[in-house]
Amino acid sequence: MSQIEQTGTAPALGARETDAAETILVRPAASHERWLRILIPLVMLGGLIALWAWYVKAYNVPHYILPGPDLVAKSMINDWGVLGPALLVTLTITFKALAIALVGGVAIAIVFAGSRWVEIALSPYMVILQVTPVVAIAPLILIYTDTTQQALLICAWIVAFFPILSNTTQGLKSTDHNLLNLFELYGASRWQTLLLLKLPAALPFFLVGLRIAGGLALIAAVVAEFAAGSAGAGSGLAFRLLESQYRLNIPRLFAALILLCATGVAIYGATSLISHLLLRRWHESAIRREN
Amino acid sequence: MSQAAIRTSSPTPSGRTVVRLDHVSKTFSNGTVALKDMTLSIGEGEFVSLLGPSGCGKSTALRIIAGLGEASTGRVDWPTMAHDAAGRPQREIGFVFQEPTLMPWATVFKNVWLPLRLHGMSKADARVRVMEALAMVGLEKFADAYPRELSGGMKMRVSIARALVTRPRVLLMDEPFAALDEITRQKLNDDLLRLWEQFGWTIVFVTHSVFESVYLSSRIVIMAARPGRVIDELAVDAPHPRGIAFRTSTAYADFCRQASQSLLSAIGATDHL
Repeated sequence: MSQIEQTGTAPALGARETDAAETILVRPAASHERWLRILIPLVMLGGLIALWAWYVKAYNVPHYILPGPDLVAKSMINDWGVLGPALLVTLTITFKALAIALVGGVAIAIVFAGSRWVEIALSPYMVILQVTPVVAIAPLILIYTDTTQQALLICAWIVAFFPILSNTTQGLKSTDHNLLNLFELYGASRWQTLLLLKLPAALPFFLVGLRIAGGLALIAAVVAEFAAGSAGAGSGLAFRLLESQYRLNIPRLFAALILLCATGVAIYGATSLISHLLLRRWHESAIRREN
Repeated sequence: MSQAAIRTSSPTPSGRTVVRLDHVSKTFSNGTVALKDMTLSIGEGEFVSLLGPSGCGKSTALRIIAGLGEASTGRVDWPTMAHDAAGRPQREIGFVFQEPTLMPWATVFKNVWLPLRLHGMSKADARVRVMEALAMVGLEKFADAYPRELSGGMKMRVSIARALVTRPRVLLMDEPFAALDEITRQKLNDDLLRLWEQFGWTIVFVTHSVFESVYLSSRIVIMAARPGRVIDELAVDAPHPRGIAFRTSTAYADFCRQASQSLLSAIGATDHL
């Protein structure tokens, strides 16, 4: 909250103290700009694909080095029977890991914010979990778990968990001191303070953690599968990538890679959208402002 | 703000003491003496300003009155208020901070509802009282706005509405208008005076502005720093309602001069401001 009127509330400046002032936020119709925002990336993408197709054709690049976009598209359609289930496996692991990390991360953050001693006791192990490369622990986890899927899930969870935990803890601790005083003044219970004050105040921090964790969960699900060296019917996209490489089926490798990229972009887009929808009415990060 | 039913005479303090500070001192854990041996009685219906430079303990005193932080020595009594089983006073107070201290994620309505909500009152039950409080500060049209959509002065009005929604007997205000521009501040001063003349609460108002304290108060408690202490008191017995006529009168200038001299007299030659 700003102390100084002039810097704090640019959209409302015109509406200052006149009681007749009506709200506010008259935004110029920006539909023109909105179209460009969609059009420009699409044109850029089309241009890059065209350049790729031209290069492959013009220089006669063999398809086992760099297949053209047409070949990759064909492979995507023809091999969908192989790639589709693999994508589903990777997606399942990613989202399960993210969900468990989300619940666990927030719950432990609440405990940490509530008790300094618990935090002092446990946070070193959280850091150890985070800084140890997941590739290095994967073999060990494979030994301890019954199925490869479980091992992959644990690996992805370890990686996704930490950003949510550390961001939410930071958020819970950054509550406005005056608001805490206010709650104390009106005799709020610990539960009320958590629910009505600390959790909403931590929301922007948590959402940053979620955005990072979403991307990391996917990366970890793939990396762990490389490390685990899983094979066969129940395997994910990482195995299909390796398999394609061994068989020199480069078009399929590209197709699998494109699926992974698209998944990553979709997860990022989804978490960004969630963040925008939750914060757009009140948080500085979601507010567009003209100078 | 509502101009209805303004009393033409000054609200008459009934003489009953609402809150009494008895040799209250506060020493922080780092050894700083924030407040030393403060004794003060505040009567019902009084508008008391605590006036002094920064570091004089005026905000500390206000927080101790509010129950935010205990006095190191001395005691605070609420002779006319009910006490709970543990002997703690059930303070019927409203508190306005220096910043608006609103929850940015909640609408104006939800911010004002908060004190009632914390006492278990549902949104539907609270609606009448919330809208009544918003009407007092002239913001009933903005119930669904978010704080960031409001100007600094409007945010402060919301903060005041939130303090009033519990219908407190005592309103504690900690430099509430210090961060506002001069014009907005004057408007809010006038509005606050109208409300006080109309409803006759007891107000304890912390400020570092001589002019503001003289304009608003029925009594000014003048404080000095290092250590924080009370050095003087000044009764401002000018009649109400006060307005531009009072603010430009010689009587007003006289009161301001007296208050300024008291403040200056406390600053020794060795003090560096």
